[in-house]
Amino acid sequence: MSENNKEKEVIISVKNVSKSFQGRKIIDNVSLDIYSSETFVIMGCSGSGKSTLLRLMTGVIQPDEGSVIIKGKDITEISDKALDEVRRSFGMLFQYSALLDSLTVEENVSLPLKEHTKLAEDIIRIIVKMKLSLVGLRGYEAYYPSQISGGMRKRVGLARAIAMDPAIVFYDEPTSGLDPVVGGVIDKLIKDLSAKLLITSVVVTHDMQSVFNIADRVAMIHKGKVIATGETDQIKNTTNPYVQQFINGKPNGPIDLFKEDIGIKEALDL
Amino acid sequence: MNTISRIGAFIISVYQYVLGVLALFMDILYWIFIGPFKGKTARRENIFYQMVFVGLRSALIVFFVTFFTGIVLAMQSAYQLERMGATLYVASLVAVSLCRELGPVLTALVIAGRVGSAIAAELGTMKVSEQIEALELMAINPVRFLAVPRFFALFIMQPCLTVLGNISGIIGGLIVGVGSLGINKDLYIQTTFKYLELKDIYTGVVKSFVFAMIIALIGCYEGLNTKGGAEGVGKATTNSVVISFILIILADCVLTTIFYFSEM
Ligand SMILES: Nc1ncnc2c1ncn2[C@@H]1O[C@H](COP(=O)(O)OP(=O)(O)OP(=O)(O)O)[C@@H](O)[C@H]1O
Ligand SMILES: [Mg+2]
Repeated sequence: MSENNKEKEVIISVKNVSKSFQGRKIIDNVSLDIYSSETFVIMGCSGSGKSTLLRLMTGVIQPDEGSVIIKGKDITEISDKALDEVRRSFGMLFQYSALLDSLTVEENVSLPLKEHTKLAEDIIRIIVKMKLSLVGLRGYEAYYPSQISGGMRKRVGLARAIAMDPAIVFYDEPTSGLDPVVGGVIDKLIKDLSAKLLITSVVVTHDMQSVFNIADRVAMIHKGKVIATGETDQIKNTTNPYVQQFINGKPNGPIDLFKEDIGIKEALDL
Repeated sequence: MNTISRIGAFIISVYQYVLGVLALFMDILYWIFIGPFKGKTARRENIFYQMVFVGLRSALIVFFVTFFTGIVLAMQSAYQLERMGATLYVASLVAVSLCRELGPVLTALVIAGRVGSAIAAELGTMKVSEQIEALELMAINPVRFLAVPRFFALFIMQPCLTVLGNISGIIGGLIVGVGSLGINKDLYIQTTFKYLELKDIYTGVVKSFVFAMIIALIGCYEGLNTKGGAEGVGKATTNSVVISFILIILADCVLTTIFYFSEM
């Protein structure tokens, strides 16, 4: 797939986006192009701004500068109604699942279907069963989110994200908090979805195994800046010291928690 | 200087709060009156669920509060009226003050404490755990999905609970009147309705509609604007009760004034 990326259409384009919270620049002039039906991985340290970048890409928060263009529409400019229209082709898996507590697993997964389609109850029930068995959770329909484990909630969140057969799915750390086997199943699912259904996947993760399993292309962000982008092999063999340190999980290197984080520095009075 | 700027900041924050609540109110009205014509409205099962929660599950506590208030009211007024040898009028005093004033207000305070706080806590928890964000991303409007059913349910159930409150208060009064003041039961009931006019009841009911809107709007607004984890949820819950209480008493004062001068 990687060879013909050049001819592929750009489905999501992030252009010079910046965002600050309370005077701190969390996203700093980020530009990214994501191609149709590829799996694009955004990796980076905890607190580097990955979730914030996803929020910007999905229009939950507005950038201070720059624009986000999805399928040719600038979602920072369009009306709420048009944004909802674009969002119907989205699925999103949240870092902490964000299932509705008051609804059962089945109701959670069926919610978008009930809200946006006119499908009959029993057809919806069948779709929900299908999606739940994709994530290995058949038989848990009647449980409430509080009655299942964190990893299971995440998988329900994934079933909900793909309930509407979206064209684009955003995953915020799909495998964190899952055991390696389930993690592998989820990785395979993400791969299958983009290979068989031509879904575009945008995956935020710091699980390196998963990155090399699923990614077509990778971007690394550090302190709100994109410091490297490229195809998976390029990233794997890069000489960029930040990326190398991150991939290999070394405590010492250019990414230095103790030196670079102002909070810690001040706390230690360095 | 410091005090002045603090007062200024307070006024600005009150102003923004009022604007926020009004915007929410407009949004809710939109989804109730215009939404259905565009094929989008609150789901009936949601509304029904909320009505059960607001109405049925609050009935007992409303009953208790107003019932004992009726008893107290009867004894206190008997204490005064006995001296004038007019004990019989306990009946009408209890009935009129309950229907015009105490029934609607006490019910509203109970519901603000029980339902308004629950709304703020529930929506606040949803907000801080990204559930509201998840709804938005599923292109489901949180106001339509969460606020409208609660608003609707309160609007329908509050007057019902108020009438229930009026009746249980009157029963409380009746028990004192018949049991301890020795008034004949039939006579007591007769006197109750002799001086109780229709307008006494409907001014109370009108109040209850207004109180319902206050409770629902403040609860939803506090919930949907919660910030900052569990602590934020706690704050939103407390705020919803305190602000609803203040607004209920204020609205009661304004409405009573209006009814008084328009001779209702
Ligand atoms: N609403 C907000 N208000 C203030 N600061 C925020 C807000 N959202 C994010 N931040 C800050 O932005 C930074 C990046 O947060 P973000 O959640 O994007 O990190 P992340 O890369 O997803 O980290 P993790 O891997 O731990 O999930 C953090 O330092 C956080 O304090
Ligand atoms: Mg994150």
